[in-house]
Amino acid sequence: MMEKATDRVKRGLAEMLKGGVIMDVTTPEQAKIAEKAGAVAVMALERVPADIRAEGGVARMSDPEIILAIMDAVTIPVMAKVRIGHFAEAQILEALGVDYIDESEVLTPADHKYHIDKKQFKVPFVCGARDLGEALRRINEGAAMIRTKGEAGTGDVAEAVRHMRIINEEIEWIRRLPKEKLQQEAEEMRVPVRLLEEVRELGRLPVVNFAAGGIATPADAALMMQLGCDGIFVGSGIFKSSNPEARACAIVEATAHYNDPAVLARVSRGLGEAMPGISIHQLQANDRMAERGW
Amino acid sequence: MRIGILGLQGAVREHRLSLQACGLLPENIITVKKPGELDDLQGLVIPGGESTTLGLLMTKYGFLEPIREKARQGMGILGTCAGMVLLAGKINGHRQPTLGLLEMEIVRNGFGRQIESFETELFLPDIDTHPGGTKPFPAVFIRAPYGINPGPRVQVLAALGEKIVLARQGKLLACAFHPELTADYRLHRYFLSLIAESHDE
Repeated sequence: MMEKATDRVKRGLAEMLKGGVIMDVTTPEQAKIAEKAGAVAVMALERVPADIRAEGGVARMSDPEIILAIMDAVTIPVMAKVRIGHFAEAQILEALGVDYIDESEVLTPADHKYHIDKKQFKVPFVCGARDLGEALRRINEGAAMIRTKGEAGTGDVAEAVRHMRIINEEIEWIRRLPKEKLQQEAEEMRVPVRLLEEVRELGRLPVVNFAAGGIATPADAALMMQLGCDGIFVGSGIFKSSNPEARACAIVEATAHYNDPAVLARVSRGLGEAMPGISIHQLQANDRMAERGW
Repeated sequence: MRIGILGLQGAVREHRLSLQACGLLPENIITVKKPGELDDLQGLVIPGGESTTLGLLMTKYGFLEPIREKARQGMGILGTCAGMVLLAGKINGHRQPTLGLLEMEIVRNGFGRQIESFETELFLPDIDTHPGGTKPFPAVFIRAPYGINPGPRVQVLAALGEKIVLARQGKLLACAFHPELTADYRLHRYFLSLIAESHDE
């Protein structure tokens, strides 16, 4: 008996990434820098979110050529993004053999009603969420890992903080809710009640939950970890900064030692310029990627 | 008995829960983030995680020599998946820092990428103390390594074909799969029994 692509196998890989940093990379050279700095995985992309934001237009799955070159360059897991609802892009990534697919609001959504039916795939998926209902809808569709949406490509951590706090507060609320009220709540969240029962029992999401969207400094990473995230995605924050190697190492150390201010103080020193940011308040409503997804 | 779990990255929480399920008190399970925290431990778990990340942080924080020294003094070590890689000396095709304690070669990601990851059942007659010893053990393999060319001191406890997936060398226990992801605690109990035995000696 040998069973592949079970929930345990899909969710299990995310469990092994806990306490680690997943970095956006656009070339094999960047992937090697990330691996050498201690990244637990890389996200292979054509453009980081800050550039997607700056250039506008339709953002799609990356060219398989780039993804394959990055897969060849490193031994750590390689993730790649598809548009929300674009299951054909996901089929292509699965055929390439990527280790995880991010159904991501950073790309232009392909379906304004349905997300991908992720249970149909052997490769596991990570999806963004702003609140508990959204996280559980994605898990119900088959997501094996959740991340906060934050606001990608801004270097402003405020939205990631907001999304994590909302999820924490809603989990706490569900824990205290009388059992007979769970059904009604599940209907409002549009998820099966068994998922809420699981959350109630565990006191957390039934899958790993990483922070993403706007993390640019070791302190940002430590903040998100102290808020209860299991690990960190850094998108534009590393390779849009003045010294990617040093910053990548520092964010890895800050994530491992998020509770140790002495380590945080040491690794935060002399990193050069962080990525140039955009405050969340400077964004027009239709420039907010986090609003994508349903 | 005090058991540490190397807490730099990976499935730390799951190992803690498994050890608690074996009857260890929470205060006797230490999440180890600095070498100084190894001092009064009888056992150490090196969890599943990313072996390159773990090896890098272990080197950076000066863990390698203190762990080797503690192992020489008799500390037991359970290494699962990445932990198995880190216990070994020779990694097939990769140069990365490891403890070099286990006399066995390791093939990293030996079963392939994530889409090849799998669950299976293993029979572990050397470990299963049930009468008859026939209850299969659920084994979750995630981008898992395997062992080859075991040295004379290595006892192979389970293999898939020629691929060694569970091995013991004294009080070192190396496991290619993830017992911490299942609710079967026999392997953790076996590890604790190895440590307890040596205590009595």
